Amino acid sequence: MKIIVAIKQVPERDAQIRIDAAGKWIEESGLQFALNEPDAYALEEALQLKEKHGGEVIVLSAGPERVGATLREALAKGADRAIHVVCDDLGQRDALDVARLLAAAIRPENPDLVLAGLQSEDLGLGQTGVIVAELLGLPHASLILHVEKTETGLKVKRELEEGWSQFVELPTPAVLTIQSGGNKLRYATLMGIKRAKSKEVRLLTAAELAIDSAPTVLLERVSLPQKQKSTQMLTGTPSEVAKALVEKLKFEVRLL
Amino acid sequence: MSDILVVMEQQQDRIGRISWEALSAAQRLAQQLGQAVSTVLVGSETSAFADAIAAWPLGKVVRVEHPLLAPYTADGFTLALQQLIEEARPTYVVFPHTYQVRDYAPALAARFGQVLIGDVVDIGAGPVFTRQLLQGRLNGVYRHSGDGPCFLSVQAGAFRADESTPSASPAEIAIITPTLEPAQIRTHPGEPFRGGTQTVDLGSAQRIVSVGRGIKDAASIPLIQELATALDAELAASRPICDSGWLPIERQVGSSGHTVAPKLYLAIGISGAIQHLVGMKGSQCVVAINKDPDAPIFEVADYGIVGDLFEVVPALIEAVKAARQ
Repeated sequence: MKIIVAIKQVPERDAQIRIDAAGKWIEESGLQFALNEPDAYALEEALQLKEKHGGEVIVLSAGPERVGATLREALAKGADRAIHVVCDDLGQRDALDVARLLAAAIRPENPDLVLAGLQSEDLGLGQTGVIVAELLGLPHASLILHVEKTETGLKVKRELEEGWSQFVELPTPAVLTIQSGGNKLRYATLMGIKRAKSKEVRLLTAAELAIDSAPTVLLERVSLPQKQKSTQMLTGTPSEVAKALVEKLKFEVRLL
Repeated sequence: MSDILVVMEQQQDRIGRISWEALSAAQRLAQQLGQAVSTVLVGSETSAFADAIAAWPLGKVVRVEHPLLAPYTADGFTLALQQLIEEARPTYVVFPHTYQVRDYAPALAARFGQVLIGDVVDIGAGPVFTRQLLQGRLNGVYRHSGDGPCFLSVQAGAFRADESTPSASPAEIAIITPTLEPAQIRTHPGEPFRGGTQTVDLGSAQRIVSVGRGIKDAASIPLIQELATALDAELAASRPICDSGWLPIERQVGSSGHTVAPKLYLAIGISGAIQHLVGMKGSQCVVAINKDPDAPIFEVADYGIVGDLFEVVPALIEAVKAARQ
């Protein structure tokens, strides 16, 4: 099976965030970046499918030069090669624009399966995989926890709301968006990291793919969220705050 | 036909609360723009739901019906709604932000060269649309430009469902039959099922102690359990804890787990991503313990403690035990 996994590099979860001078995004200098967690699960699913059925796993990402490090990480975990769509204006592109870039990079590869994480941890749009399917004219299923190859295509376990699930059968080629938690994630081994250095990372540009940016939805400004409740912050040593909280629960909330 | 379409979703045997909230959001938008609102139901048979919706003040209720629209498939819903939108030419198409909508609405919008503005929590003058970024640590304001319909989905709990009052005369109900062929439906969904046996009932728990990524590893679960026991509370968790297998999925709170509304919700090491908040923001009293003072969980907390949970929790266990003796 030839599998392409679309991955995204996002700011590290615990990174301190500051709004940039234009008020349109966060200050990126000094930020640490990491592989988007749902995409790590998509990569894991792809690697397991390859281990069972053979084939090739290609990781694909769009973004500036720094994205190369995340692609290397995926190669170190076991992906065979990488495609990096180099673009410095990812933030000015909307989800359809980004999906167009990815779809243009995927099309000539003719994969059997395209996987993407369910959503990114930075923008949280949760749309890219589904739009890529639409642009490629392929069937898709979203929120997938488990993928099984069948004689005619795939049988996938899809998460529904409130603890429900269902199986969905669909033909290949197909696009799936992968929900976190379906597998245990692997770490890169030392050998994997060494091998990754000699694996192919192909660089493409938006111009080469002939994709212009024509966003219809724009992020106009960002702000820090307003408090929805007036929070009483309790301060002091651990035993002082513990006692203070118990007092509150006893006399204000009347729960103890 | 009218200017703003709201696609209502049936969840189990009723129209889910989030669909009424989407309708309320659409009505707010309609007031701002001086436009009318119509609702859309998609399925093989939607008459029972249509009557319930028609009691509300609306332009119209459109039943988009075809045998191939049950069960739900992305292909069927996308094709059916594409035909309706081409015909009706709405300015806005508003959805509840459900798993089902997330599965097809991005493709539907792309078919019109548009992008769904998903997970909207507020609508401002302009109109502009607020959604959360970076797991709730940042708000983003989005604007739609250009021609063509604007597609929106509305986050659960962001708009009050009971803002409008029933109308004296029921709205007109129209039935539309889209052109669909079996071969166009490429995915074949099975019956929904619920995995595993349920041994806890978080939905009716009065006190919940919930734990998140902040605990770092599974070895710390007993510490949190000890606090839960001292408080006579149920133990719950955010998604990453269940994904890691540290607690069973039946203890997960959030959009992919349980929705809870206890008297006390004590969130330990939970940052408060929106997927978690939608599952617990109905709690009467929220207490948050987190080392990050900017964690979004503090935005919904009544009491907050910024600190190392490994120091605060043992002290709290002791204080609770002392108070309950």
